[in-house]
Amino acid sequence: MTIRVAMTVNGTEYAREVEPRLLLIHYIRDELGLTGSHWGCDTSNCGSCVVWLDAKPVKSCTLLAAMADGHAVRTVEGLERDGRLDPVQQGFIECHGLQCGFCTPGMMMTARWLLDHHPDPDEAEIREAISGQICRCTGYENIVRSIRWAAEHAAEHPGEST
Amino acid sequence: MQVPSQVEYERATSVEHALSLLSRPETRVVAGGHSLIPMMKLRLAQPELLVDINGLAELAFIALDGGQLRIGALARHADLLDSDLAGRYFPIFRDAERVVADPIVRLWGTVGGSLCQADPSEDLSAAFAAARATAVIKTPDGERTVPVREFHLGPYETVIGRGELLAEIRVPVRPGTGSAYEKVSRRVGDWSVAAAGAVLCLAGQQIQEAGLGLTAVGAEHFVAAEAEDFLRGRAADEESFAAAGAIAAGHCDPVADQRGPEDFKRHLVAELTTRALRRAAARAGSAG
Amino acid sequence: MTPGFGRMLRKEDQRFIRGQGLFVDDVRLPGMLHGAVLRSPHAHARILAIDTLAAEAHPKVRAVITGETLRERNMAWMPTLSGDRQAVLATDKVRFQGQEVAFVVAEDRYSARDALEMIDVDYEPLPAVIDARHALDPGAPLIRDDLPGCTSNHIFDWESGDAARTEAVFADAEVTITQDMLYPRVHPAPLETCGAVAQYDKVSGKLTIWETTQAPHAHRTLYAMVSGLPEHKIRVISPDIGGGFGNKVPIYPGYVCAVVGSIITGQPVKWMEDRSENLMSTCFARDFHMHGELAASRDGKIRAVRVTVLADHGAFNGTAQPSKYPAGFFGVFTGSYDLEAAHCRVTGTYTNKAPGGVAYSCSFRVTEAVYLVERLVDMLAYELEADPAELRMRNLLRPEQFPYTCQTGWTYDSGDYPRTLRMALEIAGYDDLKKEQLAERAAGHLMGIGVSFFTEAVGAGPRKHMDILGLGMADGVELRIHPTGTAVLRISVQTQGQGHETTFAQIVAEELGLSPDDVEVVHGDTDQTPFGLGTYGSRSTPVSGAATAIVARKVRERARIVASAMLEVNAADLEWERGRWFVRGDPDSGRTIAEIALAAHSDLELPDGVEGHLDASCVYNPPNLTYPCGAYICVVDVDPGTGKVSVRRFIAVDDCGVRINPMIVEGQVHRGLADGIGMALMESIAFDVEGNCLGGSFMDYLLPTSLECPAWELGETVTPSPHHPIGAKGVGESATVGSPPAVVNAVIDALRPYGVRHADMPLTPAQVWRAIQGRPLRTDLAIS
Repeated sequence: MTIRVAMTVNGTEYAREVEPRLLLIHYIRDELGLTGSHWGCDTSNCGSCVVWLDAKPVKSCTLLAAMADGHAVRTVEGLERDGRLDPVQQGFIECHGLQCGFCTPGMMMTARWLLDHHPDPDEAEIREAISGQICRCTGYENIVRSIRWAAEHAAEHPGEST
Repeated sequence: MQVPSQVEYERATSVEHALSLLSRPETRVVAGGHSLIPMMKLRLAQPELLVDINGLAELAFIALDGGQLRIGALARHADLLDSDLAGRYFPIFRDAERVVADPIVRLWGTVGGSLCQADPSEDLSAAFAAARATAVIKTPDGERTVPVREFHLGPYETVIGRGELLAEIRVPVRPGTGSAYEKVSRRVGDWSVAAAGAVLCLAGQQIQEAGLGLTAVGAEHFVAAEAEDFLRGRAADEESFAAAGAIAAGHCDPVADQRGPEDFKRHLVAELTTRALRRAAARAGSAG
Repeated sequence: MTPGFGRMLRKEDQRFIRGQGLFVDDVRLPGMLHGAVLRSPHAHARILAIDTLAAEAHPKVRAVITGETLRERNMAWMPTLSGDRQAVLATDKVRFQGQEVAFVVAEDRYSARDALEMIDVDYEPLPAVIDARHALDPGAPLIRDDLPGCTSNHIFDWESGDAARTEAVFADAEVTITQDMLYPRVHPAPLETCGAVAQYDKVSGKLTIWETTQAPHAHRTLYAMVSGLPEHKIRVISPDIGGGFGNKVPIYPGYVCAVVGSIITGQPVKWMEDRSENLMSTCFARDFHMHGELAASRDGKIRAVRVTVLADHGAFNGTAQPSKYPAGFFGVFTGSYDLEAAHCRVTGTYTNKAPGGVAYSCSFRVTEAVYLVERLVDMLAYELEADPAELRMRNLLRPEQFPYTCQTGWTYDSGDYPRTLRMALEIAGYDDLKKEQLAERAAGHLMGIGVSFFTEAVGAGPRKHMDILGLGMADGVELRIHPTGTAVLRISVQTQGQGHETTFAQIVAEELGLSPDDVEVVHGDTDQTPFGLGTYGSRSTPVSGAATAIVARKVRERARIVASAMLEVNAADLEWERGRWFVRGDPDSGRTIAEIALAAHSDLELPDGVEGHLDASCVYNPPNLTYPCGAYICVVDVDPGTGKVSVRRFIAVDDCGVRINPMIVEGQVHRGLADGIGMALMESIAFDVEGNCLGGSFMDYLLPTSLECPAWELGETVTPSPHHPIGAKGVGESATVGSPPAVVNAVIDALRPYGVRHADMPLTPAQVWRAIQGRPLRTDLAIS
């Protein structure tokens, strides 16, 4: 039994015939081949699957793809614009905000959303915003610094896509 | 990652449409999905049909109307947390929402979904019970109301029948009311070891009405009824609060688990009830 | 000139921040199938029958493998890293909840999961051995009846130190401290779970395995031994790894099943475990029941430490440590102090739990050793009413005592311990904290200050002493300089986030004056890289880092000869300065490595016996371990009404010798500090009496978030390792070693007004409250 699930991802329209039970993260990774978003748990705790749905971060392992039918999704692959890295991406490089890189896409998607709504967050607000996501490598310090860097360099367009 | 078993999916285009879809057996509502889908992934829930009600915008509101705070079942946790309206009249909801899950889950999980999941550790169940709220349920014939204190039949079981849908929760507003919620968990986002919510209606320093909700300690209908009875008419002072806490601790049924042994949970009931009462009274003092 | 060592942004970040890392689950091959493992719900049970017919009939299922299938191929059992054997798929019995019983191969992962429910296993439950403290009781149920001659759950006894001398010191000591302490079972829980994609090509006979492994070459050798496939026909590829922390060192049954699945179906088979499988069946860490004693004089001189340990190894002995050290490097429980005597005895036991024990940045049990001694020292401070920092300062080894051989035979290479501790105290403002604590206590608030000083032992290790399954722990490395002057370095170690693509390039850059951007670091593919034992135990910098420095120096020496031919001078007349060989006294005469490389590939005539090109390789056998150290201070506030602990501050001064990239070193420390908060306050895998694992999801196995961690305050001292070519010691696990005792010491210190001397981790609100009541919980069993 399959249904047609169509959505816009990073500005491009897709449609696939899938089982209704297919989770959104698997639609993104396995159907569309966008493997930048990850999964790491069974209980919606780790946040490595965070993408945007209608401009709000969501743990995409906790939604059916069918629920996103007709909606817009944004993933880490859509952070860059016109070959330019988002300040969040550049901030993570500048401040060593990633080590293994597994939690990073999810962290950056949340960071981008936070900065869109609170362009100048303090450390406490940043820690609160990412408190639903686990990192096993960084001890969070440099993630916080990376997001602060992105807040401080918002107006610039640092970096070029190589 | 674990994945659900086979299920059918329909999207409701109206409340009536939802009700008719829900008349099928083995059918569940999916709103935020953040209670149900995790259970489906673990295959603890295996509905045959999911009815997606996210499109029913008329169920997503927070409003003050006729002396009541009205919260639509599709209000997201983040909406309730950020609502100045709700926060002004019932800071207990803000206190509770701040400690429900995490900031991303709160963007999607709904107030109605949490109440209907009926987890014995659900913070909102105790908060609404403390506030003596009423659940409004849409039925094929119209609607019916059920006090939140009668809404839960047991763990993961509510009074909502087949073909029915929780539409909103109404909370009566009274002058002189203060409220607060206190929770202890092992880590941010974890379910409560224990939690207590207090809604106090004061006249001067006297307690006109007390609502006490308890989470995760097996309190019947999430309520500390004996402690409420004790408080009614008494002075809103430390002695009353401590005594109420002790009574609440003696009238619940906590079970030992990895969050804590029974004696600790009972102790927390006393401690958190007292703290919630203290803060509720202070807020009543500064409320209109 | 571009710096070699120093703060440098990471080269590998470019792909990760674009979501273009290649993790094992990102590997997609044409015709790839998906595997899923059926696991035992019972901790201990006989298998009476397995009925797979319904699963095999599922339209999307291609194969169902059981222990019987494997037995026919002689693969039902596989060797563990400790010389025991582990069931790949259970045949006679299941011995822990979560043990692998069958493997389904299907067209997609959802169907594979569905098919698991169609397999019917008939179990006869048996009494389970869960409480390690009763595992060796006479009459305890026998777990390993599969081992000929095995009559009990006893695995080994191991001793170190001098029992008689230690007893003599205890007998006349003025003060003795005695404490039972548990280091609970915890789990490394890397964010990426374990998995593999196995592709067996029938035509070429080649097996390619993409695998979450920290030790690709060791795995290749083991697969050859186990499968009968010749080793040159096996290729193990570690692509990007989403964290390892020791969890990805062993070979897991799922990998072997994926290989067999590919052989049977003729197609690639992917197996990725879910989180519950990771927590319930893969390599856990710690689970040491320790009885510790410390002997001292009344004026605060620490004289001896003695400990007996019961080590819970789970159902199979799968600990990964050098084979002569069944208790790893626990022998460094002597700590950072000059003891007169020390003795330990460790007894390993089987229980009906998942196998493992050595993982989660333990440096082969150094976490356990440091926790023990640092808790005992704090308890001594409590007993003597001495300040814990001052007591340590009095007892720390002095710089002039190095190299220092401790009572159990480990030779610490270098350190200036008092300076390291002093810096931590300064950064913390220790005296002000103590004043503040007095005021807080007077006001009825519980504020705690915890100190921990640790000596780490990493960089395994000299081949004379250290091997894993007979494979020596020496690492190979190869360096080639291309004609146009850029380089390729091939290393055997395997980063899981430690930044090797950058740091190893920096080592070459430092030695040869190249830019790190001009050095490509190749790793992770056994077809492309030399042999080595992999990355764990903080060994990459001490071993492969040393190998890299040495190979770069070999290249530099070869370059000298080529330069001498270019300049038509004697090689002895050349001097090296930052990237150039030049004629002594004539600085303008120099040639860079790039120029020399071109010449080395040209028609330039070279002296007899000197080969062309500018390549070198080496195998580095470390002469000793390296011994990083650190001084940590943790400040907590405890709410006595709820037992909740908040970590207010954490100060960490690390000495890991020379720092190749301080930014990366700090990142490594940050992580380990978070680990300490996790283990001290919330992490544990407990079991109920029936053997149900109570830590099988991230709802139960709690990891610290950004809100439990403070802003870390770091400092550094540098005492180079005298035997390491660049003086570096390694740091990956230091903070995980040093932080748990700092946090626990802080909490116990906070509870001083209640007379609490000790409580076991995790110090959850329940445990703290219970400790205040004088009835702390036993944290390895279900709370009742």
